[in-house]
Amino acid sequence: MLSNAIKRCDVKTSDRCAVRVEKLRKVYPNGTIAVKGISFCVKRGEIFGFLGPNGAGKTTTVRMLVGLTTITSGRAEICGYDITRYGKRVKKHIGVVPDISNLYSELTCYQNLLFSAKMYGIKGETARRNVEEILRFFGLEKYRNTRFKALSKGLRRRLTIAAALVHNPRIVFLDEPTSGLDVVSRRLLWNKLVKLNSKGITIFLTTHNIYEAFSLSHRVAVINKGKIVAIGTPEELSRKFSVREVLEVGFYPRNPAPQELLDSLRGVLDAKMNSGRLELIIDDEIEALESLASYAKRRGLRISLLRLREADAEEVFLRIIGEEK
Amino acid sequence: MIDELEKAVYIAIKDLREYYMKPGSISWGILFPFVFALAFMFRHGGLTTWLAPGMISLALFFGATSMSGMSIVFERRIGSFERLLLFPISYTGVALGKTLSSFFLGLVSAIPVFLLAYLFIHVAPAHALLFLLAILLVSFSSSSFGVLLSFIIREPEQVMVVMNLVRFPMMFLSDVIIPVSLMPRYLSWIALTQPLTFMTETIRYAYMGSCDIVAPLVAYTVSFIMGLLFLLLAAYAIKRSRA
Repeated sequence: MLSNAIKRCDVKTSDRCAVRVEKLRKVYPNGTIAVKGISFCVKRGEIFGFLGPNGAGKTTTVRMLVGLTTITSGRAEICGYDITRYGKRVKKHIGVVPDISNLYSELTCYQNLLFSAKMYGIKGETARRNVEEILRFFGLEKYRNTRFKALSKGLRRRLTIAAALVHNPRIVFLDEPTSGLDVVSRRLLWNKLVKLNSKGITIFLTTHNIYEAFSLSHRVAVINKGKIVAIGTPEELSRKFSVREVLEVGFYPRNPAPQELLDSLRGVLDAKMNSGRLELIIDDEIEALESLASYAKRRGLRISLLRLREADAEEVFLRIIGEEK
Repeated sequence: MIDELEKAVYIAIKDLREYYMKPGSISWGILFPFVFALAFMFRHGGLTTWLAPGMISLALFFGATSMSGMSIVFERRIGSFERLLLFPISYTGVALGKTLSSFFLGLVSAIPVFLLAYLFIHVAPAHALLFLLAILLVSFSSSSFGVLLSFIIREPEQVMVVMNLVRFPMMFLSDVIIPVSLMPRYLSWIALTQPLTFMTETIRYAYMGSCDIVAPLVAYTVSFIMGLLFLLLAAYAIKRSRA
């Protein structure tokens, strides 16, 4: 079923972008500018991570792309169709998983999926076959007659994703799909998403989880305060933004407060406590080490730990966001 | 067109499965009009030929508006209403789907009152076909009115408060209980602005062969046009809800 998705899609085949966004802007009626003229292209068949902190404009962007929120200015195309003009046609080709599991509580898993299938215009035997197949794909067969309200959080999430796929969409928008899930459920969902993508489905993954974005996506766009601040493959972003390193440091007899270090040292961008250790994100290695030594001497402290390491994905993200500041 | 109608029916079936047993639908939609009719039967000189159509109209009105209030406000609160906007269906189609489920509950709500009048008071419609047409019209207009009204309510706990704030004055300021022709002049003008007046007149004509204040054709036509107008306004409200 899902393997045929790419063939069935009624798209303008000359366009390499499954989603094309140009100068997209959203101003809410209260004057809040949520999205400030962003542009990007999601290539067909890729997993596109849309990463940003809370309130960055991720959900507003997705809501505009799927027709839940009006566009103030700019243009967005899905499968080559302008979403403002051809909203109904576009909706046939997309599946949307919102950030909350919002299926119908009194309906069983099977009824919820069948309702979704029918609303997408799939009827009779085909609808029933699709539902059975998607139940199997997500390992939900034994819950087919269980009401949505009786499912665990992880199962509800799985069913919500399943409901967005029952009509074999060409593109799936997932808004924070693993938010609030335990590690096992999260891993399971990640595997399912990769499997779906291998069947030709383009995935637009909105998340504030850097690990999720970097480990699943072919490309990642980072949005902050309504603007795209970086875009590229996870490797490109790591290369570009991880030149600065992390200095793990310990003092004897006591560690000073991170803020004090940040104020006193040169060449340090950020300081924080991490699992009882002080971590300094450094800008200039030599300058940071020199000022660290003179700081310790001035305060009569001994340096008990000094270790330099590469910044991890989270620090890369903070760096990208920090650059914007 | 057929496709839109089909999807509207799917929405209605889904709503009935999801909400028909909710306390708000049962208490205000079915029990209240029935108890109200019972009270008149025992206390106020009986459920007369005049009063029975008013009570049936009231049951249709309360049943239909309760259902739409419950389903829309609750779904908007938990975010599942937006699911409907993700499907390839027009806003009018969504509004029609919501109207159809309320329409059905409206009809169900009228059954106990109809039976009460028919079995115990032996009051039956004079024109069966016109009666059928009238209850379909009243249930449709009440449903689309309820769907429209639901868009001004934000929280589920406010549903019945706001609904009743609107429905009770409508009930007393229409000819459900008191004939408009007997009202003071200024009140009769107000009554003529109430959709419920025209709706009740259609049922009353089917029962008694005469209307109180407007011509039967006017009552049937106005009820239908108002239903359609509320439906289109509800579709517009859904579109506007996207911000």
